[in-house]
Amino acid sequence: MRFFTQHLSAAIGALGEFQRRLTGNLMTITVIGIALALPAIFILALDNLAEVSQDWDGTPSANVYLERTLSEQEQTALLSQIDALSGITRSVLISAEQGKTTFAERTGMAEMLNLLEQNPFPAVIQATPVNTLNPDEVSALVGTLADLPGVEDVRLDQAWLQRLQTIVDLASRATGLIGALLAIAVVLVVGNTIRLDIENRRSEIEIMKLIGGTDAFVRRPFVYTGFWHGLMGGMLAWILSAIVIAVVARPANRLAGLYDSGFALSGPWLADGLTIVATGVFLGLVGAWVAVTQHLRRIEPGEGT
Amino acid sequence: MIRFHGVAKRYPGGNDALRGISFEVTQGEMVFVTGPSGAGKSTLLRLIPLLERPTRGSIIVNDVNLATLTRRRIPYLRRSIGMIFQDHRLLPDRSVFDNVALPLVIAGFEHKEAQRRVRAALDKVGLLDRERSDPATLSGGEQQRVGIARAVVSRPSILIADEPTGNLDPALSEEIMRLFEQFNRIGVTLMIASHDHALVERLGHRRLHLADGALA
Repeated sequence: MRFFTQHLSAAIGALGEFQRRLTGNLMTITVIGIALALPAIFILALDNLAEVSQDWDGTPSANVYLERTLSEQEQTALLSQIDALSGITRSVLISAEQGKTTFAERTGMAEMLNLLEQNPFPAVIQATPVNTLNPDEVSALVGTLADLPGVEDVRLDQAWLQRLQTIVDLASRATGLIGALLAIAVVLVVGNTIRLDIENRRSEIEIMKLIGGTDAFVRRPFVYTGFWHGLMGGMLAWILSAIVIAVVARPANRLAGLYDSGFALSGPWLADGLTIVATGVFLGLVGAWVAVTQHLRRIEPGEGT
Repeated sequence: MIRFHGVAKRYPGGNDALRGISFEVTQGEMVFVTGPSGAGKSTLLRLIPLLERPTRGSIIVNDVNLATLTRRRIPYLRRSIGMIFQDHRLLPDRSVFDNVALPLVIAGFEHKEAQRRVRAALDKVGLLDRERSDPATLSGGEQQRVGIARAVVSRPSILIADEPTGNLDPALSEEIMRLFEQFNRIGVTLMIASHDHALVERLGHRRLHLADGALA
């Protein structure tokens, strides 16, 4: 009970100190909020992207681009030729006209397309290989398709999925590094704020020690200051990342639509927010602890006078 | 109660503040430490709550050899000793009441009991009506009495006062000393450093006279 009330009063006391130096503390919190929001936003975006690649059913399909000179009959002939290949389960012909219409529907750029003298879209055959093929067999199949007369190019859509995967991996590694650096920054910012706080309250600390305050007692309000900084900084980071994601979500989802992807940028959800806040609290406490262990011990009533 | 044996204190730089002094103060005694400034009065008093550690010799307070006290135990020693300073050492941003309550807050007293004790201590020093005041609005003598209330609020068995009347006029000084005598009458052991020989003589308690770091 005594333990509880002492902690409660230290926590409330620290909050009181907080509003006495409101401007400085608000700036500290803003710095913490931004420093936490940046990696949080990237991590959320990457999480969303990672879901895209997971949603994929794993069956690659090959886009076989046909030469423009091919007539409709030649295209159909090629389609049945591909359909007959072993290793292909399904193949669909998308004519140049269909391609153009679909694109125009999805993007609303029909007028712009009409400005072009020529339909920029080639006819495409979408060929789906059987899903038991291993990557080597798939590339062999791609080779066979590419060698067919009348075929301009073959793109395996898995290739860009793999590229996306690699980019996501790269970006998440970079985000991890930047996040670690910003975490250190948060610790230092909190540590520095509390160091100044300790300097400002030097005589108070001396008096506390003079009349029998234990190290734990003297330390407590400063540790709680770190706690409050972390908590409020974390909440600010949550709000900031929610705002940024809300602002970016619409164009991002539109872009995803262009790629014919079900990707939808969303969040931060409650769990994400709580993680952000918990991270803030943790870093605030670490920063406070660093400052307190470094500076508090040095203040002794014996020195000086 | 307080026993010094061959205690010496040398500050960094080779300044010998105390050169091997021995004495004993028994329970319930009121002792003045006198001598010119720089004779080592403050150093002697500061050794008792371990604001400083002696270079040599042993100090026993309440049957505890201070040399055996670890850093972690020092706060508990200080709680058993009330300290009064010439410059009061009050917290300027807290009320008189909060200043006096501080030792009880540190010791974790329950709120009601703390309130009762703070009022009792303020009553004893005659400042009950000033409990909501800001220390800076009080006179020097009143501030010193707040300091005394803070020192006695947790009812320590030992009171140590370093030049408690250094900044006060003779009438106020005498008033403060009479207050100390009242505490002494209820069994508190006191050690008071003062260079006001006339006053000390008039009060007529035991005296430890220091000259150049040695007892004379």
